[in-house]
Amino acid sequence: MKKLINKPENVVEEMLLGMAAAHPQYLRRIEGFSILARAGDPVKKVALVSGGGSGHEPAHGGFVGKGMLDGAVAGAVFTSPTPDQVYEAIKAVDGGEGVLLIIKNYTGDVLNFEMAIEMAQEEGLLVDKVVIDDDVAVENSTWTVGRRGIAGTVFVHKLAGAKAEAGGDLAEVKRIAEKVVANVRSMGMALSPCIVPAAGKPSFTLAESEVEIGMGIHGEPGTHREKLRTADETADHLMGKILSDLALSAGDEVAVMVNGLGGTPIMELYVISNRVLHILAAAGVKTIKTYVGNYMTSLEMAGFSLTVLKLDDELQSLLLAPADTPGLVQI
Amino acid sequence: MMLPFRQATHIVHCTMDKPFLLCMEAILRTIDEHKEWLTELDGAIGDADHGINMARGFAAVVAKIAVATEDDLASLLKKVGMTLLSTVGGVSGPLYGTAFLRAGTAAQGKPGLTKEVAGEMLVAAITGIMERGKAARGEKTMLDALLPAQLAFASAVEEGKSLLECLEAASVAAHAGVEYTKTIIATKGRASYLGARSLGHQDPGATSAHLILKALTEFCRAHS
Repeated sequence: MKKLINKPENVVEEMLLGMAAAHPQYLRRIEGFSILARAGDPVKKVALVSGGGSGHEPAHGGFVGKGMLDGAVAGAVFTSPTPDQVYEAIKAVDGGEGVLLIIKNYTGDVLNFEMAIEMAQEEGLLVDKVVIDDDVAVENSTWTVGRRGIAGTVFVHKLAGAKAEAGGDLAEVKRIAEKVVANVRSMGMALSPCIVPAAGKPSFTLAESEVEIGMGIHGEPGTHREKLRTADETADHLMGKILSDLALSAGDEVAVMVNGLGGTPIMELYVISNRVLHILAAAGVKTIKTYVGNYMTSLEMAGFSLTVLKLDDELQSLLLAPADTPGLVQI
Repeated sequence: MMLPFRQATHIVHCTMDKPFLLCMEAILRTIDEHKEWLTELDGAIGDADHGINMARGFAAVVAKIAVATEDDLASLLKKVGMTLLSTVGGVSGPLYGTAFLRAGTAAQGKPGLTKEVAGEMLVAAITGIMERGKAARGEKTMLDALLPAQLAFASAVEEGKSLLECLEAASVAAHAGVEYTKTIIATKGRASYLGARSLGHQDPGATSAHLILKALTEFCRAHS
């Protein structure tokens, strides 16, 4: 295993210190906790908290900033953070208008975040949640009941974040978040596995020209393994699955995310985006905005995911609102 | 478990802290001995760190209990629950944390650790796991070991067996539960497509639950 780390057990701590040191205008690290919060005092608006296991950077600490999150909780690599950590994040970002937790659908995340909500509510705090399950690959997974939450989460951060920034109350911000969840679909595939630092070796192997379609962002099994095909064929397959689950008609408008899992060159992501945007145009669908890059990674996994978000006027205006975070800047 | 207070009839309150700490150390030793194996089991069909997380959790438990000022069973169990909750993470943290917290609540106000109290603690722990795990909705966890264990424990109590014999019965039933998890293909909560990949693999959560029961049984045997 060749990694640029120091001791495996210190990876998350050093990453958090590094992020806070690199982006002091955006981030402050909550002392004694694995939490990155917005620099400066809490603003009087609904606060957004997300997080989960580390290893998906820039998600989620990289999306803390104006127009997106107020706090991000970092668990051990690929491990849900504990309730006390999430509870502390809630307290740290609460600006007096309530807190919305954006939870990716993995049983560990759901259990730990829900316990934190109970703890916060016992203290009289106003907290609610939304669970994102955008991955259409499989219906149940290794440690998820129902569909997994993957790169579509970033669209929840963006649109719910814009609503909160515009002064929406907790119910309104939650409504937007749930509307995004209802209208977003994703699917990914992997060419090679990733290695969790503490484990020291990959948890599975793929043969030389073998890929896994529908793999999860922690290396969970997908739909099947097959011989690597061309970028266009691969994009066609994933878009086929996504579009069979998200009814789109000619004249519809969408946002697209071509997301690298960490180990795939940006060049290849653009080869893929070329095909994806062509597919949508051929179907008479208008792509309002395309995001290409590493947003929700899986350490050094080679591969990518596609996300399509169906827009209406309300969602479109929130999508196009400004954002300023380490991982996404939009004027 | 024959604790000092049972033999010294003039003592009304029992000081649990020393035997409790020894018991937690026994659990930690068992988990630690098996931590690579638990992690491998988890790696086959899960997130490949169950052993590491549980070992970290129980190491923290031992450290916390060693300096605890509380000496009643209920408070000590709750301390174990809170510690596991804040150190294990993943799915196991909330489930085991809740289990020990509820066991602590069941032990509240009880004069000592009898087999009846132990039985109530086991029921409370399992109920906690089932209530907390509703997010898991049928997902295979330690319940496959614990539900049969609790039934066996309760039967043994009714038959008038000793605490040690009740624990032995529970351990045997838990082991059978673990073996059972090997024979079934993952169903609800696990991808049915996993099929061949999950068949033949025992559930890591059920395995760690059995190991904990085994450690409790051995501890009881060594101290009775």
